[in-house]
Amino acid sequence: MEYVISVLLSGISVGGQYALIAIGYTLVYGILRLINFAHGDVFMVAGLMGIYFTAVLPISLSLPLVIILTVLLGFTIERVAYKPLRDAPRMSVMISAIGVSYLLQNTATYVTGGQPMTYPTIPFLSGTVNVAGTQTKWVVILTPILVLTLVVLLSLLINRTKVGMAMRAVSKDFETSRLMGIRINSVISVTFIIGSALAAVGSVLFFTNYPAITPMAGAMPGLKAFVAAVFGGIGSIPGAVIGAFIIGICETIIKGLPSSWDVSVFSDAFTFALLILILVFKPQGLFGEAATDKV
Amino acid sequence: MSGKKSNLPALTGIVILFLFIIFLENIRSFIPGLPMIFDPMSPLFTVLKKAAVYSLVAVSMNLLNGFTGLFSLGQAGFMLLGAYTYAILTVPSAMKDQVYYLFGGCAFQFSLVDFFQGIFGSAGAGYAVGLILSCLIAIILAGVVAGFFAFLIGFPVLRLKSDYLAIATLGFAEILRAIFQWQTLGPVTNGANMIKGFPTFTSFNITGAGGQVVLRLSTFVPFLITTVCIAIIVLLINSSYGRAFKSIRDDEIAAEAMGIRLFTHKMLSFVISSFFAGVGGAMFAMYVANAQAKAFTSTMTYEILLIVVIGGIGSVSGSVLATFLYVACSEWWLRFLDSEQYIGSFKVPLLRNGFRMVVFSVVIMIIVLFFSQGIMGNREIDLNAIFTGKKRKSGSQGK
Amino acid sequence: MDNKAKKNALHIENVTMQFGGVVSVNNLSIDVPEHDIIALIGPNGAGKTTAFNCITGVYKPTNGLIEFMGSPMVRSYPSGKDRKSYKGENADKYRGESVLNPTPDEITKLGIARTFQNIRLWNSMTVFENVLTAKHMRAKQNVFSAIFRGNRSEEKRMREETMELLKEQGLDAYKDENATSLPYGLQRRLEIARALATDPKLLLLDEPAAGMNPQETLELADFVQEIREKYDLTVFLIEHHMDLVMNISDFIYVIDFGSEIARGKPDEVQSNQKVIEAYLGVGEDE
Repeated sequence: MEYVISVLLSGISVGGQYALIAIGYTLVYGILRLINFAHGDVFMVAGLMGIYFTAVLPISLSLPLVIILTVLLGFTIERVAYKPLRDAPRMSVMISAIGVSYLLQNTATYVTGGQPMTYPTIPFLSGTVNVAGTQTKWVVILTPILVLTLVVLLSLLINRTKVGMAMRAVSKDFETSRLMGIRINSVISVTFIIGSALAAVGSVLFFTNYPAITPMAGAMPGLKAFVAAVFGGIGSIPGAVIGAFIIGICETIIKGLPSSWDVSVFSDAFTFALLILILVFKPQGLFGEAATDKV
Repeated sequence: MSGKKSNLPALTGIVILFLFIIFLENIRSFIPGLPMIFDPMSPLFTVLKKAAVYSLVAVSMNLLNGFTGLFSLGQAGFMLLGAYTYAILTVPSAMKDQVYYLFGGCAFQFSLVDFFQGIFGSAGAGYAVGLILSCLIAIILAGVVAGFFAFLIGFPVLRLKSDYLAIATLGFAEILRAIFQWQTLGPVTNGANMIKGFPTFTSFNITGAGGQVVLRLSTFVPFLITTVCIAIIVLLINSSYGRAFKSIRDDEIAAEAMGIRLFTHKMLSFVISSFFAGVGGAMFAMYVANAQAKAFTSTMTYEILLIVVIGGIGSVSGSVLATFLYVACSEWWLRFLDSEQYIGSFKVPLLRNGFRMVVFSVVIMIIVLFFSQGIMGNREIDLNAIFTGKKRKSGSQGK
Repeated sequence: MDNKAKKNALHIENVTMQFGGVVSVNNLSIDVPEHDIIALIGPNGAGKTTAFNCITGVYKPTNGLIEFMGSPMVRSYPSGKDRKSYKGENADKYRGESVLNPTPDEITKLGIARTFQNIRLWNSMTVFENVLTAKHMRAKQNVFSAIFRGNRSEEKRMREETMELLKEQGLDAYKDENATSLPYGLQRRLEIARALATDPKLLLLDEPAAGMNPQETLELADFVQEIREKYDLTVFLIEHHMDLVMNISDFIYVIDFGSEIARGKPDEVQSNQKVIEAYLGVGEDE
């Protein structure tokens, strides 16, 4: 029983961390119809920055700095690599995203020398707490709470503010919004800024739980978060969050199954199987809207 | 392609290229004083072999992404299938216990190599015939297995739209990678460990009685296989089916309205592309002399995709050219960026391990952003024109 | 009703197309007799192209029957959730019969070819290749014979026929030009040539005169009549402009807001009060 609770708890926490990345994917896809392959790597870079900054600065200073610089990175990537291709075929933008991902990974390899880097212990998050008889880290309890708070704030932003209204308009109809005088570029920038900030927060929570960061550490969580976004219905924030929790919990359960069953190798593959199932049977996801092409 | 034009010059050119490759690899045994670059172990030959393998994979990806307009990211998965099929079929029985020692031997005792040696003998010309046949059959089966899986996967994924197709094929490749690392299948796949001991490109070097190499063919063999495969792809692209593929890429709705069955043609392109990716995977296994699932990551697919983009989406000769440039830069010409360099007593800053790949990715981003047509756009190099006009071209000009 | 003696190439019966709660085509019935030129006209947004998309398999109609050359080709009725939200007529007329929902390529194979309102040529191909590719459907080769050139005679025949077609359309001078670099009028003509390459019995033209000046429109009228004779075609066309239609049509159907408002010979339709209202927008705000 205690084992089950601890598996569930860590599933929820992993799910929450995926959710923070998934929101970035779903926002960007909703507006640009682009799978931002570089988003997972932005997340990884945020993790690395966390390591380098905490080495020289106090945590209270370095964490905000990480968030600011990650936002700056996301903003720059959009301006340099995606904006020039706004009217190019969708495939070109996706290739550009893959190129950015490649660049970030290679740069990270160069900077770290390819060595796995250990994430610093953040005192409060790494402290242990006793829940229903199981010892667990504070981060496990805090993640879902933080995620839900951020989602509520984000929903308020999108549904109650002018920027949010512009975002919704652009995601409904890119061209018309442009004609109606919405400043497309600022809306897209805001999207990337929100996505990157959440990825930075996610990186702190995620890597606290993991022994080390490698340059490839962002790729898999990134892909999983994207799957979560598709699962929930791309473009829908609650969908992405629910999708992420489902994937996080399932993955932890698979990893936690008895080792004699020998299925832990499928913890990643499971996500993709889920993706293919949802694409085949309900391509618009749990909460997405179906789109039709005009002939 | 008017059809009336003779392809003789191109064919002659390719034969000359082959002879030149063989000559190049053996030149140092005739003239030992030549620079190290002509040594069979030099980076030149590493580049030539690897580029030959990669160019087939790049062209197969281009058939799908460039000519049919299906944005698929499953190439590494199909290469994995090809590599494992080839490896499992050709590891000699005698080697199996050693390779599969963790699993107490292999569950699959058959080996094409042994089978043909049983027929043609294990020495001299008989051995050579057996080796060629077993490798040939294994390579073709590698393609068939990859193609068959593509056929199965195609039913769900080919109905998806562009980016969903990309992520679904990527997902399938990841699933395949997990399955092949699964310990439960260990007696067949050797789990997460590598399979080795099967015939590689080096096995095709002709040795004398004392075991010394008489004639090196280890660079020629990948060139030959790749050339034949790419020639088939080119013939396909220039056929009525190739035109149908292009029409789907240009305008799916118009293609369907003109009677082109979308699903059938997408499937055809997907299966053929995967077949050749499988063949490429088998050759990759021969090149690195092992088969291991963890090599076939999505990064590999991205790398090949970037090669295709550099060469020009929709250009076969562009893909080939780009592969040779890409491999030469990454394996050879830009190697110096990875170690400390001095000009006089001045230590060049930034140079250390990993810098090469950073420079490389920056160059790729510049190409993607500012030269989106790549080297060739969608034009092709006309081999006939090259070989009737000026004769000799360097090794990277292969078809 | 003097069409009665002739056989119908296309017979549309009670076709309704409903998207969500919006009825785009409402209980439409049209007969297209063989060898005639029939027009479907109506103001913008009347549902003309939707009707075309139902015939060519792009959409599955919510209800109705379409027969081609005397045999049923498309048949559908609303069921389940669609039945509850169905606003059209004849909801249960086809219930119990088998649903027929062929894909666009199957319909083209039966002998119906179309052009598009917003020209859809294959933009990376030359004029010649655009027509040649449309011949792919009727070719007997398989992929192996195509790769290994076992189909030389067929390929040669396809190329010759393509050349012939281009000559007839006066496009042979442009054969190696990129299709989309042609002037607008010629692009429309090329689209028709490409449709003809599929050996159709029935040609559907979706606003063939859109974007043409009066001179070009006049030429187009002659051209359509010419190819009808030459290829023994039946033509069914949608037009927004009246001039072309009045000139060449044997019979005209007028729809507005998805429903038929008039039918008849050109002069009858021309003087029909409802048609004039629909076009001038009397009483309605469009």
